[in-house]
Amino acid sequence: MSVSNNGYYHDGLVLRLVQFSVLWAVVAMSVGVFIAAEFLWPTLDLGQFWLSFGRLRPLHTNGVIFGFGVSALMATAFYSVQRTSHVTLFLPKLAWFCCYAWQLTVLFGGISLLAGWTSSKEYAELEWPFDIAIAVIWVCFGIVFFGTIARRRIRPIYISNWFYGGLIIVIAMLHIVNNLALPVSIGKSYSLYAGAQDAIVQWWYGHNAVGFLLTGGFLGMLYYFLPKQAEQPIWSYRLSVVAFWAFTYSYIWAGPHHLHYNAIPEWVQSLGMVMSLVLLAPSWATMINGIMTVSKAWPKLKTDPALKFIVLSLAFYGLATFEGPMMAIRSVNVVSHFTDWTIGHVHSGALGWNALVTYGTFYFLVPRLVGAELHSTRLANLHFVLALAGTLLYILSMWAAGVSQGLLWLSVDKLGELSFTFRDIMTGMKPYYALRLVAGLMFLSGTVLMAYNLFMTTRGRQPLQCAPAPVPEPWRLPESGYRTVTAKQVNA
Amino acid sequence: MNGLGLHKKLEENAGLLIFGILFVSAIGGLVQILPSLFQESLSAPMATTRVYDAVELTGRDIYIREGCHVCHSQQVRPLVAEVERYGPYSRAGEFVYDRPFLWGSKRTGPDLHRIGGKYSNRWHEVHLLDPRSVVPESIMPAYPWLAERAATAAGDIQQKMRVLRRLGHPYTDADITGAPARLEGLRELDALVAYLQMLGTGLDPAVTDEHEGH
Ligand code: HEC
Ligand code: HEM
Repeated sequence: MSVSNNGYYHDGLVLRLVQFSVLWAVVAMSVGVFIAAEFLWPTLDLGQFWLSFGRLRPLHTNGVIFGFGVSALMATAFYSVQRTSHVTLFLPKLAWFCCYAWQLTVLFGGISLLAGWTSSKEYAELEWPFDIAIAVIWVCFGIVFFGTIARRRIRPIYISNWFYGGLIIVIAMLHIVNNLALPVSIGKSYSLYAGAQDAIVQWWYGHNAVGFLLTGGFLGMLYYFLPKQAEQPIWSYRLSVVAFWAFTYSYIWAGPHHLHYNAIPEWVQSLGMVMSLVLLAPSWATMINGIMTVSKAWPKLKTDPALKFIVLSLAFYGLATFEGPMMAIRSVNVVSHFTDWTIGHVHSGALGWNALVTYGTFYFLVPRLVGAELHSTRLANLHFVLALAGTLLYILSMWAAGVSQGLLWLSVDKLGELSFTFRDIMTGMKPYYALRLVAGLMFLSGTVLMAYNLFMTTRGRQPLQCAPAPVPEPWRLPESGYRTVTAKQVNA
Repeated sequence: MNGLGLHKKLEENAGLLIFGILFVSAIGGLVQILPSLFQESLSAPMATTRVYDAVELTGRDIYIREGCHVCHSQQVRPLVAEVERYGPYSRAGEFVYDRPFLWGSKRTGPDLHRIGGKYSNRWHEVHLLDPRSVVPESIMPAYPWLAERAATAAGDIQQKMRVLRRLGHPYTDADITGAPARLEGLRELDALVAYLQMLGTGLDPAVTDEHEGH
């Protein structure tokens, strides 16, 4: 754990975070597969409280989001902020602290969920001691990140850093406000908000945790690694800037679409719906920008598995950000809400976008970190097929299940009597749940292949020592005079 | 061009960047969330809505601990089919003593907001201990351990009520001193069933008579 690093980039830290991220991916997706199996065999918990669905489901969501997702975001943020600032990390010891303190929080947080410590609020289930730990680590993450930017040697702040910055700042705000509570004991607290107000605050958090972490954070990853892999500058830097501000402004309003027809004021629901539709514009602007950027590197797609993952992730990003606003329309939401359609939507984003863009990034990053070729391109290509098939099967089965649930629950005959009992509809879902289990197994086995492939790539190797490249004259800080250059040129 | 001129400044100043993001992202919350926190209609109880007693509160916290809310919503929407299936739709005033709210986001099982009084205590006990003995095709998990644990062991009830009182729930001193005695001899299962049986019973009948469904 060399700390001063003699002026070299802190890439050992990056590699360690990547390793943790892959580990959590395997663990949390295995939990996902297990709970998918519990839909088919509800006695799979063997009468053990800690294997019960109600406790494992939050373990799955927290494991993938905070274990896999945030570790990947920290790794790529630390990697790219050093390179786009042409300096090593600010306070590297603090950065190492973030890394390990975060892993311990996820580990013990996960155990506490199994023990039944939970606030019940989605993606904010962890109880107050963990909430405090998360807040402290997050602030440290911010200090390292912004500190590095503050001492950069290059004038413009590259666009990927804007998204990582948005991740750090907005998640801090959401996390602190939503988790305000009075403790009763070490593992139990009562929310400062009650009932409908609690619901509104929670979905302001819940929706924007998806927005600024699973969408914005990963866009930071995309904006750095996509141009690198395609060896092309961003197609329209200006579009990325406009989209950033539009995204940051409008996302925050969309939360109430999780509460359509619930007991909250109509104006809040309507505003949430309208702003969700507005959100389509910046989301698709970003997708188009990404597609146009790779369009000049199309031949590379045939040979480079990493780039394939990223391009596919863009397609799923476009799909999920189109579907989301549609589901926010009240007349669609009336069918989709509370059903497996939501689960399908979540995983088209989670598997298709978050996981694939991360996989593509890791396949690109890890060989470069240790200065070796990827252990096996064939395995990576096999992973690609498994990931694509798994994602499609997951989404399609849950769409089918969700749309039938939604329509059958609402169906009434001429006399106004219900056409179907809940139990009949539930029983009809079995085949879809079976398909979802197969899909999950495919996706998980692809992830395991990647873990093996990356392990073999790094085995017995140390991270390379790289020093910051000199900054070309017109962009140099602090001695150079002010010159009009844009970050677009910098990344070219 | 003006917009991008401003961006040029932000692009080269980390402090401005932090402030810009915070400012732009806070607007939505300030306009949309803040007013709801002061809206009377969301925080005033219905005439007939009361606080959970010691047993029900214990049951509710067991419901949270076991994660029943990941499969069950507690929110009947104002739709014909929904009112037909579950009962009168949910009103904001019924939830003012819910910390946290438990409306849920997924119905793997049916909505439970109007479950109170629908089945006997006995039915719930059997169902919770082994759902498939009552509903053979059920995919709900079994909760055998609830019958083995004492309700008094599920957290310090007096401390819970004191904390809730600080948050504005109208518990009297007598409620709090008498709480442990109320739990005496009960299993966790009994407390959970007591909670289920009072769910959705705080609705003011005068309100439902007005109109039902849309
Ligand atoms: C895996 C999802 C799941 C979890 C977790 C779960 N349930 Fe269920 N529940 C169901 C399903 C599915 C049904 C419908 C079949 C049946 O009646 O068993 C159901 C039915 C019920 C019913 C009967 C509803 C009616 O109107 O007939 C009650 C009451 C109930 N559950 C209570 C609970 C409680 C209390 C918990 C937590 C201790 C819980 N459930 C946890 C899935 C779940
Ligand atoms: C092998 C891959 C995976 C499998 C088999 C899987 C399975 C599941 C299952 C069974 C559920 C519960 C659905 C329900 O209650 O009806 C779920 C929920 C969820 N999963 Fe996954 N999952 C996988 C990967 C992921 C990934 C990679 C992410 C995020 C990056 C993710 C995020 C979520 C979220 C956020 C929910 C909650 C959805 C909601 O409440 O609407 N999952 N998953």
